[in-house]
Order: sequence, then C-alpha cells, then structure tokens
Amino acid sequence: MADHTYDFERERRVTPQPSEHGTLQGWIDRRTSLSDRRKRVDSLLRAVLDEPIPGGASLAYVFGSGLLFLFLSQVITGMFLVLYYIPSADHAHTTVAYITKEVTSGSFIRGIHAYGSSAIVIVLLLHVTQTFLFGSYKGRRKLLWIAGCVLFALMLGMSFTGYLLPWDQKAYFATTVGTNILTYIPFVGGTLKSLLRGGTEMGQLTLSRFFVLHVLLIPAFILFFVVAHVFLFRRAGAAGPIQGEPEALKKSTEPFYPKQVLFDALFALLIIACLGLLAHYAPVELGPKANPADTQYVPRPEWYYIPVFQWLKYWESGLAVIGILVIPAFVGLLFVALPFLDRRPERRPWKRPVAVSIYAFIFIGLGALGAISHRNDLRDLNIAPQLAKQRAAVDVFMKKPFQPELAGPSLIAATVALTNPVASEGKKVYDREGCAECHGNDLAGSLAAPTLIGVGDKYDNVKLESILIKPTDAMADGGMLPVDLKDEELKLLIAFLEAVK
Amino acid sequence: MLDFPEGMPAGKTADASQASHDRPNRPSLSRRSLLGLLLGAGGATIGALLSVPLFRFVLHPVFKAALPLSWTEAGDVKDFASVTSPVKRLVKIEQRDGWRKLVSEKAIYVCKDATGKLSAFSSICPHLGCSVSWHDEENNFVCPCHNGQFTADGKLMGGPPPRGLDLLECKVEDGKLIVHYQYFRQLVPNKEVIA
Repeated sequence: MADHTYDFERERRVTPQPSEHGTLQGWIDRRTSLSDRRKRVDSLLRAVLDEPIPGGASLAYVFGSGLLFLFLSQVITGMFLVLYYIPSADHAHTTVAYITKEVTSGSFIRGIHAYGSSAIVIVLLLHVTQTFLFGSYKGRRKLLWIAGCVLFALMLGMSFTGYLLPWDQKAYFATTVGTNILTYIPFVGGTLKSLLRGGTEMGQLTLSRFFVLHVLLIPAFILFFVVAHVFLFRRAGAAGPIQGEPEALKKSTEPFYPKQVLFDALFALLIIACLGLLAHYAPVELGPKANPADTQYVPRPEWYYIPVFQWLKYWESGLAVIGILVIPAFVGLLFVALPFLDRRPERRPWKRPVAVSIYAFIFIGLGALGAISHRNDLRDLNIAPQLAKQRAAVDVFMKKPFQPELAGPSLIAATVALTNPVASEGKKVYDREGCAECHGNDLAGSLAAPTLIGVGDKYDNVKLESILIKPTDAMADGGMLPVDLKDEELKLLIAFLEAVK
Repeated sequence: MLDFPEGMPAGKTADASQASHDRPNRPSLSRRSLLGLLLGAGGATIGALLSVPLFRFVLHPVFKAALPLSWTEAGDVKDFASVTSPVKRLVKIEQRDGWRKLVSEKAIYVCKDATGKLSAFSSICPHLGCSVSWHDEENNFVCPCHNGQFTADGKLMGGPPPRGLDLLECKVEDGKLIVHYQYFRQLVPNKEVIA
C-alpha cells in the first residue's frame, strides 16, 4: 500500500528548508530555491554595475546604451502597432489610416515608431563616429567592431522593410525602386529581386515578405547580434579616453554605476522626450493608398537613403555596376575591415590622419550628395511641382476623416443582383420564396442554415438544380425543404446562386 | 599618452579589475542606495507616464462608443397604399467592425393600422433570434424555429417568445418611409436596445 502513496515526509526531508517559514517568499523559495538564485542574480548585477570605466564616466559613452533603449522602444511600439495592423495589400493602408486617424494615441505611437527609426540612424552614426574617433575598434575589439557592422546593416534592413508596410504611394514606389536596384547584380540580380519581392512585380507577396523580415527575421538577428555585441564589449572592457597617463587613468577609474548609469538614463530621457515632442507636434503622415497605375509619382526614399539615391544618378548604364555595386561594396568592406587595416595601437585621431580623412571624406561626401539631391528637387522644373503636388495629396488625405473599408461579403448578393439582370430576377425569387428566413437576406447564413455565398463556386448549375429539387439527406436533416418552382423561376434562382461567388 | 599592444585592451590596465575591488572612487553604500532609489523611482515614474498612451491605444475599442445605427429608407409610402397585411421589406444597415464597414440587409415588416398609419417591426423573433415570416392564410406571424406566433400588429399570440415583435421607430419624409433599425435583447419581457 505504501508503494502507491505519496510520501510527503520524504519530500520535506529532501527539500532544503529555507529560514522564512510561512511567508510568500518562503513558499516560493521552497519550490524554486530562489534565494540561491537571487545571490547569483545579485552577483551578476554587481558585475554589470561595477564594470570599471577607465578615466571615469563620460557623456561620450552614452550612444551605445541609447541605441539599446531605442531598439527596445521600437520593439514595444511595434508590438502594439501589430494589434491593429494587417499585412495585406488590401487592408494594410486602411489599418494604418485607422491607427493614425482613429485609434486613441495611435498617431502618437506610430509617430514614436516612425521617428524612432530615424533616431536610430542618427544615434548609430554618432555611436560609430565616437567609436571611430576614439579608435575603440583597435586591439582585441575586432570582433566587437564586426558585430557592430552587422547590426548597422540589420538596422538599415529594418528601416527599408518597415518603409513599405503602410502601403501608401511613397512606400510602394520607393520600395519598387529600392528592390529594382538588386537587378544591377550580375547573373543573380533578377533572381534575388524576385526572391525578395515574391515574384517579378510588387504585390501581396512582397508585403508578406517585408512584414516577416521586419517583425520576425531581422529582429531575431538583431537580438542575437546585440547580445554578442554587448558580451564582446564586456569581455574587452571599456576603452576609456584616448590619452592620459595609465597611472592617472587608473586613479580616475569609476564603476559603471552610478555616474555612467545616470548619464545613460539622461540620454534615454532626452531621446524619448524628443520623440514624444515630434510625435505630438509633428504627427507622422500617411499618404494616399498605393496606386501602381500612377505614372506621375516621383518616389523619394527616407532621408538617410537620399545620398545613395543621388549617387545612383551619376552612373550611366555601362558603368553602373561599378558605381552601384563595386564602389559601395568596396567602401562597406573597408569599413568592416577597419580594425585589420588600421592596426597601430595609436588611438588619438589627430595622429591617424589617413583613417580620419577617409572617414570624413565618406561622410562629408554623403552629406554633399544629400544636399545636391535636395537642391535638385527644389530647382528641377519637372520634379519640384510634382513633389509639391504629392505633398498636397498627402495633406488632403490626412485631413479627410477615416474611411472604413467595406467588408468582403457585405452586399455581395445585392451587388450581384445590381450588375446581372438575370440574377436580379433570381434574387426576387429568392426573397419571395422565403429562402432568406434561414439563409439570410444577404445570403450570409444563420444558425439554421449555412451561407450561400460561394455556392456558385462549389456546384455547377446541374448540381444546384438537383439539390434544390431534391435536397441531399444531410441538407434535409438540417431542415432544407425541396424547392417547388416553375421551371423558368428555378432557372432564375439558379442563375442568382451561380452568380454569388 | 596611452599606447597598448595588440591583445591588450585600451584603457583597461592590467590592474583595472583590481581597481574595481579597491574602488577608490566608489561612493559610500548609503549614497549608492539612495541614488539607486532615486533612479528606480524616476525610471518607474517615466515608465508609467510612457505606458499611458500604450494603455489608451489598447483600450480604444473598449471605450469607443458604439456608433448608433442610422435611419434607412424602407420604400415609398405610396407603395404601401394598398397594403392590407404586413409586407416584408429589406433595409440596408451599416455597422462598424474596427476598420471595416459592414453593410447588410435586414428584413422588416411594414404594417398599416385601421387609421392608415404605417408602422414597422423587426423580423427577429424576441425568443431566440430566428426570422419570423408572415402567413397570409393564417393571418399571423409564425417563427419557424419554435412556433412563436404573433398577430398582424405584432402582439404575442402564443408560443415561447417573452414579448411581441419589436416595433421600430419610423417616420415619413418626402413621401418615403424611413426606419431606424435596431437590435433588441432576446429573452426579456421588455424591449431593450442592444446596438
């Protein structure tokens, strides 16, 4: 008998007895030995907070944690947006309009998310520049730098895929151009483009792919690389200032907590305050729904892609592959390989004129390209009026109240009757014969009988005639009565049902 | 000047880890915990503030007032001139479902009393919601589901329904009968609007 009973006494003997009895904490402890774990968490927290920063805390070090904060903000606002968003070419634009114009705080949350993507690019550039100027990619930070480069690319991927999701004019056309760039790649370009678009043209499958990339695939990679980046950073330790006697630096070493934590928190506060003010006072816009038939539309990418966009203009078809692929690939490679090319231990930027000059040249060049593009857009007699027209169209759309979308099955029956005179006669037979009492006036069905929408797809007219005159056993069990009509009326009714697809 | 060889971290001197044990610059424990408290409280306050729009965003459908159903046309008054028994008419009603708009047709019965005044009934049975139909030969409404019966002016004659057919508000404008279609609660003795 004892074999089958649960030995509570034994259980008590085996479980370690925590000191606090009868308290909730004690109860949880007995089941999780949480207090042991807490000690471990405590020591982990201590290890994190006591990370020594040579030379002390500094405002120059806030960008990394600022990026982490922004990423978190994007994840949270993104999760909330999906509450109303639908990645369908039919509904995406309506749902974004619904979020922007109707849902309480919707415009604000979408604003934080949309402006947040720009903020990430800005803080990313500051972070990279600080790392570059401080020479913090040197020594044993090579892998740390490479993980950062991957994160940079992933972030650009996030903003590119997110841009399409509202499915308005600028989203559609900017992505059309953006994906077309892939065709410059020799041999596999066309295939790559089709792979990304889910076909040769932009459409529903493009939106599905971009959505999955934006909310599942790229974020998963970002998470992995953020963990790797932070881990490698802690492994290498903080780089500290670019100059100073080792002895003095050691003296001024401070733990991460509290001063640096305070700086980081203040920077996060500054970021969220800026985003909040922008989202509130300059609400993010949505243009009219994508219209692929529009031949006038002049697409412009998001501001941080404008320099690249301008760059593409300078390359005629013969040399395009050099300008569009070879040079950017070379610059990208140069960037990633920086710690392998610049191996001297020297960190002070004024002693590294070549590296700093190249870096400055690239960024000043990008800035100049952006400025040229902006000036061209203002001066071009064809472009400027069209861009003004597009902005006006956005304003008009934003001022219009939200227009809900007509749901699928609504009035299918009535519409069919309106467009097809024979079906219209058939609808009269349907109404007169009392079919609607069970199948519903709009054919949507009721508790008593199934919907008839789509019945025309399921059965041909011969089959329909036979089951109307003599319902199947299953139909008869459900309460369906045989239809007793004159031949021509039956034909009209069948024509109506056939039309309801 | 800080030079360091390959493999040696910038700034992190060999005894930096030791420095973190000695903590010459580390503030006293009480100052640390007060700061921690302030940081935690500040963070919690700002976090709570930031979550307000998120809550409002989620709760939008809960607090949004349901749109009242609009008045719809049920036909020309002169079409009902020769009416002696209730006639079925379909009215289109518009409902909101989040970002969607549903348009559906609902059946009503239009009746004329002895003085010639028009009235309209919902065809939904107040028992369990089946559609009632008019039977000329028996001169009454019969619900096909549980055999509830109603007179031509909608009064309960027999069967399980708790009340008579639900009268809809209606009026005549420009020679047209306009009806305010509404849904009513089932299984209660008095008419109660639900949407």
